[in-house]
Amino acid sequence: MLVRLSAAIAALCLLGSGVLAQGAPKPTDPQIAHIAYTAGALDVTAAKQALAKSKNKAVREFAAGMVRDHEAVNKQALALVKKLHVTPEDNDTSRTLTKQAADKRAQLAKLSGKAFDRAYVANEVAFHKAVNGALETVLIPSASKWRAQEPA
Amino acid sequence: MKRPMLPRRCCFAFAVVLTSAISAVSAHAETIRIVMDKLVYSPVEAKAAVGDTIEWVNSDILAHTATARNGDWDVAIAAKKTVSLVLKKAGTIDYYCRYHPNMKGRIVVAPN
Repeated sequence: MLVRLSAAIAALCLLGSGVLAQGAPKPTDPQIAHIAYTAGALDVTAAKQALAKSKNKAVREFAAGMVRDHEAVNKQALALVKKLHVTPEDNDTSRTLTKQAADKRAQLAKLSGKAFDRAYVANEVAFHKAVNGALETVLIPSASKWRAQEPA
Repeated sequence: MKRPMLPRRCCFAFAVVLTSAISAVSAHAETIRIVMDKLVYSPVEAKAAVGDTIEWVNSDILAHTATARNGDWDVAIAAKKTVSLVLKKAGTIDYYCRYHPNMKGRIVVAPN
């Protein structure tokens, strides 16, 4: 189950570096659930922007993959929180992520062609890296209910 | 109206032929299971023969494909589903997942 959650969060993106820095107060399970779902949903939104703007085949395939995988993961995440009786709770990290994603989306909206493709992909890479780091150092170590669900 | 009946001996002979035909097929054709779990094919390399069935079991919550690099086949396996393919040609086939190209596998198909 923990693995599933980590896949869920790993698949998320658009996390600004520093948003989930070590040293901040530990997020609770309902907050972690909210952060995970929010980040996934934001990545789907970002991918949909790319699908609307990009004409590059590889970029479009990548974006389609982000939509497909993140939607699948978020569906699973919802099923998981329901099963665990966790009600996702909005929090500063989720709000910051949403604000940053909106700003990035506005920046990208002004670009087109290769400039858009490069900026979109670079942003995806940077934020996936940020999320993977946050997963390892903050989100997984802070999760209590999910840890208990980890298969032996 | 009475249906004409086949002589008993003929029926028996037919049954024998049918039975041996079935056992001839099942003796050679095997089903080889390849599991997709956490974005990895397992086993990564499988050995099979022409006529065998490959059964891809997708344990992940994500959709995958098994796509032969030589273009022979392209199998889509939805999350938590199983899809089978009968191997028709001998050779070493490298395949991958079109959605997650880091997923790579190989099937060595011996002639039958």
